[in-house]
Amino acid sequence: MKRLKNFLLLLMAVPVIALASEEGPALDKAPINLSDHESLQRGARIFVNYCLNCHSASAMRYSRMEDLGLTEEQIKENLLFAAEKPGETMTVAMNKKEAKGWFGSAPPDLSVIARARGSDWLYTYLRSFYRDDSRPTGWNNVVFDKVAMPHVLWSLQGEMVPVRKKEGEHEVIERLELAKPGSVTLAEYDAMVGDLVNYLTWMGEPDQLKRKELGLIVLAFLAIFFVVAYYLKKEFWKDVH
Amino acid sequence: MSALQKMMGWIDDRFPLTATYKAHLSEYYAPKNFNFWYFFGSLALLVLVMQIVTGIFLTMNYKPDSELAFGSVEYIMRDVDWGWLIRYMHSTGASMFFVVVYLHMFRGLMYGSYRKPRELIWIFGVLIYLALMAEAFLGYLLPWGQMSYWGAQVIVNLFAAVPFIGDDLSLWIRGDYVISDATLNRFFAFHVIALPLVLIALVAVHLVALHEVGSNNPDGIEIKKKKDANGIPLDGIPFHPYYTVKDIVGVIVFLMVFSAIVFFGPTMGGYFLEANNFIPADPLKTPPHIAPLWYFTPFYAILRAVPPMFGSQFPGVVAMGLSIVLLFFLPWLDRGKVKSIRYRGPIYKIALALFIVAFVGLGYLGLLPPSPVATILAQTFSVIYFLFFLLMPWYTSIDKTKPEPERVTG
Repeated sequence: MKRLKNFLLLLMAVPVIALASEEGPALDKAPINLSDHESLQRGARIFVNYCLNCHSASAMRYSRMEDLGLTEEQIKENLLFAAEKPGETMTVAMNKKEAKGWFGSAPPDLSVIARARGSDWLYTYLRSFYRDDSRPTGWNNVVFDKVAMPHVLWSLQGEMVPVRKKEGEHEVIERLELAKPGSVTLAEYDAMVGDLVNYLTWMGEPDQLKRKELGLIVLAFLAIFFVVAYYLKKEFWKDVH
Repeated sequence: MSALQKMMGWIDDRFPLTATYKAHLSEYYAPKNFNFWYFFGSLALLVLVMQIVTGIFLTMNYKPDSELAFGSVEYIMRDVDWGWLIRYMHSTGASMFFVVVYLHMFRGLMYGSYRKPRELIWIFGVLIYLALMAEAFLGYLLPWGQMSYWGAQVIVNLFAAVPFIGDDLSLWIRGDYVISDATLNRFFAFHVIALPLVLIALVAVHLVALHEVGSNNPDGIEIKKKKDANGIPLDGIPFHPYYTVKDIVGVIVFLMVFSAIVFFGPTMGGYFLEANNFIPADPLKTPPHIAPLWYFTPFYAILRAVPPMFGSQFPGVVAMGLSIVLLFFLPWLDRGKVKSIRYRGPIYKIALALFIVAFVGLGYLGLLPPSPVATILAQTFSVIYFLFFLLMPWYTSIDKTKPEPERVTG
């Protein structure tokens, strides 16, 4: 009974995936906070452990993670599996051609994936895999139909199955339901994906926080400069009528 | 005689330094009644300089190679000191160039700045606009993202619609059967040297022609008709220092808008940098929706509004070309008795308003995927766009104008 109650509670945490108009399924808002270094570090760890086997991030250097509050030693010990030096970029050994044979398409580089797809899309996508025996991998995805990627994080999330409803002629997926629990609860899984997407968003443009900070200084400087220039103009134009 | 004066004398005997300074700055008399709309000429010049300077620094790290181009842009964004700032200034500058040029052209339409004796200034201006469009199109291929690639594919294919020679023409432009490394290399060459040279030369003649006849003003009257005993226009003030100090204020306001975009929203929600362009070019994967950047969309909408005839897209291409060619004839299409909108009758005001609605409407429709409603709207706006020019000789001559003032007002 208690298990059933937990199960029902978990269900409530599952996003209601409404298949809206032609725009595609509605996306859930990703919990992005680029100043949360702990979340970014957790996301980096998930990225290196789960994604960086097939997906590269060829524009991203390991050493850049020092911006997330890690020391070179910490990076070397905890995150450096696929490279020798922290100055190297995040490449993978997987051969693109072979990967294409295995999956049908080569896993894309993830350096700027958050800029191409958007954080909300990634956050929803990584939580929308479901069991589909008609697919070669056994997995399908609500926001990316017939996706080539299998559900790599399934051992964490568990197995989801679709609940369908009739909408006119077609049957559509109303929401996903947990059929076989994974090693973490769905709420914990959402938080993990949140951290991962936070990291992917940061990795898409590691300078973005610095950019905004600098922007304030630049605008403040221009505001002062404006006052000076405005009164200079007024002074010069006094004799024009 | 001081040492400085001596040196100036030495130079002036050999090069017209003082004379040039006087002719274009300290003794170039501009009308004293310039308003808000007169900032955009100097701002366009500022953006041109900014594009050239940031472009030089980008070229130092960019690799015009289909294997390396996409990665080299990300290298600039991450590993080059201040690379992200230089790149965002360049990408924002491209869009802002069109913003200021469109406002500058609109000013010309409002105050009749293209009318006699300024026909050549206008024609040089339209040529600058054409060169700018080419420059922007060529530059957009360089990041080698999906939109770069497929946008270039679509535009170069337009040339393939030309009857008889189309296929050979598009092949000649690409240097290959598809957009490829060869195309990227030649586009790079045109983008970084050929067109910038053309642009700078055209800007120079635009300014020389302007300073020959003198600036128009919001009243659309010639200040040179009323001069004082020294031959100085009564309503003229020296460009320097009056308009230099005034333009500095405009520059700062512009830079504030510019910086807000560069630092807080360099993609402008996908209008300045498209999300799909963060996916490397893939010749085997056509994106479902290919739209050009916003500054081309009015013309793209005209292209799509014309239905294919005899199984050919060529009529649409002709309509798009014509929509720009018509601009050259503007000085002779306008038969109004006055230049400025201030003294024009209601007909021209309505025509100009309709034209702006049509142009902005076409720009919006060009961003959307085609649909039956959008097509009908785009066709309506296209007809308005063309009628603005084609009917101009008629409606400007019957318009009830007001008398122009003797001297500038305000």
